[in-house]
Amino acid sequence: MTNCVIDRRNFLKVSGVLVVAFSLEGILDAMPARAAVVAKPVSLTDVESFIAIDRDGKVTVYCGHVDLGTGVQTAIAQIAAEELDVAFERVTVIQGDTALTPDQGITSGSFSIQGAGMQIRQAAATARQALLLMAAQRLGGPIEGLAVADGVVRSKSSGKQVGYGELVAVQTLSLTVDKNARLKAPGDYTIVGKPIARIDIPAKVTGQFTYVQDFVVPGMLYGRPVRPPAMEAKLVSVDASSLRGIPGIVKVVREGDFCGVVAETEWAAIKAARQLKVTWTSWAGLPTQSELWSYVRATEVAKDEITSNAGNAAGAIEKASRRLKATYDFALQTHGSIGPSAAVAEFKDGKLTCWTASQATHALRKQFAQMFSMAEDDVRCIYVEGAGCYGRNGHEDAAADAALMARAVGRPVRVQWMRWDEHGWDPKGPPTLIDLEAGLDVRDNVVAWKGDFYIPVGGPAAVWLLAAQLAGRPHREDLETGSIFQNSAIPYGFPNRYTICHRLASTPLRPSWIRSPGRMQNTFANESFLDEITAAIGADPLEFRLKHIDDPRGTDLLRRLEQLARWEPHKIGNRGYGGDVLRGRGLSYVHYELSRTYVGIVVDVEVNRKSGKTRVIRASVVHDCGQIINPDGVRNQIEGGVIQTVSRTLIEELKFDRSHVTSLDWASYPILTFPDVPDVVVDLIDRPKEVPWGAGEPACAVVPSAIGNAIFDATGVRLRSVPFKPGNLKAALARV
Amino acid sequence: MAQGISFNLNGRPVTVQVDDPGMPLLYALRNDLGLHGPRFGCGLSQCGACTVHLDGKAVRSCVTPLATAAHRHVVTLEGLAKKEDLHPLQQAFIDEQAMQCGYCMNGMIMQAAALLQVNKDPNDDEIKSALAGNLCRCGSHMRVIRAIRRAAGATS
Repeated sequence: MTNCVIDRRNFLKVSGVLVVAFSLEGILDAMPARAAVVAKPVSLTDVESFIAIDRDGKVTVYCGHVDLGTGVQTAIAQIAAEELDVAFERVTVIQGDTALTPDQGITSGSFSIQGAGMQIRQAAATARQALLLMAAQRLGGPIEGLAVADGVVRSKSSGKQVGYGELVAVQTLSLTVDKNARLKAPGDYTIVGKPIARIDIPAKVTGQFTYVQDFVVPGMLYGRPVRPPAMEAKLVSVDASSLRGIPGIVKVVREGDFCGVVAETEWAAIKAARQLKVTWTSWAGLPTQSELWSYVRATEVAKDEITSNAGNAAGAIEKASRRLKATYDFALQTHGSIGPSAAVAEFKDGKLTCWTASQATHALRKQFAQMFSMAEDDVRCIYVEGAGCYGRNGHEDAAADAALMARAVGRPVRVQWMRWDEHGWDPKGPPTLIDLEAGLDVRDNVVAWKGDFYIPVGGPAAVWLLAAQLAGRPHREDLETGSIFQNSAIPYGFPNRYTICHRLASTPLRPSWIRSPGRMQNTFANESFLDEITAAIGADPLEFRLKHIDDPRGTDLLRRLEQLARWEPHKIGNRGYGGDVLRGRGLSYVHYELSRTYVGIVVDVEVNRKSGKTRVIRASVVHDCGQIINPDGVRNQIEGGVIQTVSRTLIEELKFDRSHVTSLDWASYPILTFPDVPDVVVDLIDRPKEVPWGAGEPACAVVPSAIGNAIFDATGVRLRSVPFKPGNLKAALARV
Repeated sequence: MAQGISFNLNGRPVTVQVDDPGMPLLYALRNDLGLHGPRFGCGLSQCGACTVHLDGKAVRSCVTPLATAAHRHVVTLEGLAKKEDLHPLQQAFIDEQAMQCGYCMNGMIMQAAALLQVNKDPNDDEIKSALAGNLCRCGSHMRVIRAIRRAAGATS
């Protein structure tokens, strides 16, 4: 399977006639439109929600999480194939279809393996257990006397055998996921832990892959939204006659402040969106960007959350013989998907179907039900891969645009945003402001650590849909930012520690999460400040961390990093230079969310004194995410995460004026290009007997601090604002 | 008023009927001719996702008017392979698992194919320089470089 876009008919074809539990036999021909939807269980407790086996022994895995270009469907197939004892090639994965897959929650936070994958592993183990029981009855003799290879069960004593397909052909099972179903011993793995090639890549190199941007349904039209020139401007009037001369215009869709055009061809829709005369009110409610940090500091605090509290940090700082204090900030950023968000929607017989690259099809279905006042059962969202999103980008909003326009014209509509729609209107990673303070005693021991994090409220629930807001349709307008309090607390055992998140009631621009939300910003501040402390007391950054981590996996990892990067203990400071180029190294460490993946990094940089420009030459990363499902997939995630975060750290800052975003293309919001890409050297610690954790986000979290620490090592200048603008560094160097 | 614009696409003559000959080639390829190799990324010639070969040269089809392609040779990702065999670059991108979402990879492969036409064995710096106008947000750059070197090794 390379690119499974499954409609009901295909679903039946793929699934065959008989599956572990639910039978479609006999209902195929006479089936009403939604029969398959009713027939397929999707609860989190039924095995058949996750696993189907057909008469040929082919396995279909139904996964509520989706492959956002990360390779996770390959890993999920590995997990299922391994646990079922079938060949990897037998497994097909259906992803994120609200009619077919269980709601395993949003695909975010590097939880697809750790969460969704482990639910599927347990379902597969339950299925295997039941299949072995059936085989034992069929072949005679005890289960212990059976061996399984590629879905064929063989009696070790008689040599008789039976395939999974034959077993399910004669008996329908209804199984509940057994939490105690015995899992395969990691020592027996033949598929998990192997760098199996990704199943989607061959189609992606030949142009045969269907991204949502390519997805077509019969009778489909093309839509483009027309956004206000100021973010909260009101629509006064639309002059549809301004489109005269463009053939193929179907409709100008206006509802409240929502405006869009639908046309027979994509080019007509694009031209029309550009040419349409719309009158808007003016609006200038955004803060002045140059005063952003005082604006953030003055924002109303909705609630305070203490994320760590040991001893009496305030008292210890009061009594400390030496105090250090620093403020860090991290700019607003955008996801920057290379393919602007897109979706196809169709209203038919009172039902809405949406083909979407959403990372949360189940949540999107709920939002659609609310937006259109429909029953959830009348909405189906089907995942079709899009360009990488790295969090909640505009995919869901494009879906809502498509749905609104499809409803208005009574035909299916595909919407793809233009570049300026994506940069201008996808929800943003919010600005983050952090104050840190430490107290040292007379012997330079850190006796207290205190952190104040100014971050907006919000968890990882659904971000409101732009079209619902603009059209004035029902929606919840809560801020959702991801679990951005994470990693505000530190992994170091200083005797007095206090970290508090001041959750702000508002933030400029609609927020969401971008890869490693909060963990990256908080780790940037914490690990930079730790480096400030080591510099102040003349300690080696590696040894200092080792001294204060009481966690064998953390210390193992740092020792591996020492070897990988050939770290030499040195007093932090200028490493010398040749000509105008200064060289430095920086180290950083994270225990993700203080409960998951461990990452250590050493970054080598070159700073040009004249220009203030920093180049990251190499990043050496050691990564422990427990059991590794696919080592090449993990490497790919780490390499990509590091490179993407080098870009975010060095050059990315979303610009806006009082009315709207002004970074509307790749010229005004540049990202790292080939000539500036560093080498990334990766050392994976595999722990097959441990639970698997995530790998998409954690390596990102350590990058900004490691670069900042390396710049300090090279220049003696401490940069506390991401991105590290060359102008700031140049000015600071002039003062040194 | 509709008019026909003819060109050679991946070795075969095609004619596209359009109202607007200024429509970028990209939309003719994707919508009128049903190809999904070239992709819309920016429409501004800034990212490279739409890259195709026009008379052997890599061009950005999102800003190339269809009329410009008249009577010329257009090759897309779909036309890179010779018969059943993958182009060495396509095979190398599979071998190196050189992508994550892969949305930009049409541009990477087409730009690299144009590079290998004029430089059979480019070093890393030459590759980086040739691909400086191709954006990848997933950070697959290192793998892309390795894949191009592998393909160069396979053909030289």
